Amino acid sequence: MSIETPTPKITTTNLNFYYGKFRALKDINLSIPASQVTAFIGPSGCGKSTLLRTFNRMYELYPKLRVEGQILIDGHDIHDAKQDLNLLRAKVGMVFQKPTPFPMSIYDNVAYGIKLYENLSKVEMDERIEWALQKAAIWTEVKDKLHQSGSGLSGGQQQRLCIARCVAVKPNVLLLDEPCSALDPISTARIEELVHELKSDYTIVIVTHNMQQAARVSDYTAYMYLGELIEFAETEKIFTNPSRKETEDYITGKFG
Amino acid sequence: MDTQNKHLGAILDRLFRRTTMFFAFLVFILLFGIILTLFIGSLPALKAFGPSFFTSPAWNPVDVQFGGLVPIYGTIITSFIAMLIGIPVSFGVAIFITELSPAWLKRPIGVAIELLAGIPSIIYGMWGLFVFAPFFADNCQPWINDHMGNLPLIGEIFQGPAMGIGMLTAGIILAIMVIPFTSSVMRDVFEIVPGMLKESAYGLGSTTWEVVWNVVLPYTKTGVVGGIMLGLGRALGETMAVTFVIGNAHELSSSLLMPGNTISSALANEFTEAVGDVYTSSLITLGLTLFVITFIVLALAKLLLIRLAKREGTQS
Repeated sequence: MSIETPTPKITTTNLNFYYGKFRALKDINLSIPASQVTAFIGPSGCGKSTLLRTFNRMYELYPKLRVEGQILIDGHDIHDAKQDLNLLRAKVGMVFQKPTPFPMSIYDNVAYGIKLYENLSKVEMDERIEWALQKAAIWTEVKDKLHQSGSGLSGGQQQRLCIARCVAVKPNVLLLDEPCSALDPISTARIEELVHELKSDYTIVIVTHNMQQAARVSDYTAYMYLGELIEFAETEKIFTNPSRKETEDYITGKFG
Repeated sequence: MDTQNKHLGAILDRLFRRTTMFFAFLVFILLFGIILTLFIGSLPALKAFGPSFFTSPAWNPVDVQFGGLVPIYGTIITSFIAMLIGIPVSFGVAIFITELSPAWLKRPIGVAIELLAGIPSIIYGMWGLFVFAPFFADNCQPWINDHMGNLPLIGEIFQGPAMGIGMLTAGIILAIMVIPFTSSVMRDVFEIVPGMLKESAYGLGSTTWEVVWNVVLPYTKTGVVGGIMLGLGRALGETMAVTFVIGNAHELSSSLLMPGNTISSALANEFTEAVGDVYTSSLITLGLTLFVITFIVLALAKLLLIRLAKREGTQS
């Protein structure tokens, strides 16, 4: 199921995931290319979010979840004992289904992650925050109210604030877990634009239950079903000429 | 539905609204009634002693000389000790249950806390007097005397005979009584923090401590302050347990190991033997003072919340 890709950023080998005894991912072998947008699609419960959440070991917050197999990011095994978990998560940013601004000002929301790892002067911090907010295409909307609460923004703005917060710590991978599922179409379009702009600097993996979205934003698409990776290829190929019957059925809406 | 039924429904609805409104206003009536009666009751003492009632340590029923300083001081000090110990411990308990505890341990700890909250205060008092105080006198107070009694500036508050009872003991017992209340409120509010919010903070590479301190606590600050106030309210007003272990001495002492008194235990101890208007009125004035202290504390808590809200940015 693997295909030739430029430089792989994330590589999984025989990845299995268990919720207690339930096997949620089955022998996933996948190479996610660097500086590209990769979309995970598939019906609910197919394991696409689960797979995404293995890349920053987020599942480890909860008991009874475990992973078997290997995940390499830039050739390093992320389950290696020497791997600092917090550092990994700083390098692999994540944005969630719903906007999750922290209960603090817009400025502090973005500064939060930076302060964990860097000791910047006031000027440097201001510059970095402007940079991150620019990157997330929200700077012009919030530059006059940086010290207002982040929760006062609209849903779409909050989500872009969360992206700015991720970008601010300079990760090299961005995991987007259905980032538009709580947003209106206009906000969704802005986020999609943003994904396009960000991909030159980051490897982006996006989980979506919206096939049009996957077609619009991604370069590569992985179709998953019942914990298995059915097909992984260039998005264009998946949507125009899938090699597997199951993928075609899902894409054309015969199923799912 | 025919029109008559609709009409009846409207009347009943109005009746329902009026009734609930009456119940709500009952709260106001009770509050003002209590304040008013306390105030009227305390007039004879206030007339006799004036403002010096609050600054005088005298308490002499024979000469009819009364001052509230000792019990007021004792109330504040014991509650302060209770909070000093109680808040960090409650915080730790709540964080352990919500964030760190293995799943199988959550329920037993939760049930233990609820049971601890349900123990009547008199039992804490008896336990404090018969078990804790002797233990404290034998094992802790000599150590406190030896090691902390010589410290500059604060040494004096740790000097005194090792007799077990006293303000420090009362404060510790109060802390034990306050912990179940405060920690269960804290646990409840920590549990409502959305998992995704915590994951976002973990996702940026925060440690558990950083998530708790920077995200969970600000998110739940109203509830946490509420829980602390609930505990403080209990500490300020607790009567039975404190009466058992504080020593009930109307003496102002700089040492925490010495006996003292609190407002509520002074009231409990002396109301039956209060003879004469001024004596009774002095006790009522103490009651009014306790009321005012509680009010001030609540107001300060509200102010604190407003300041915290300002710090995290105004709502647009």
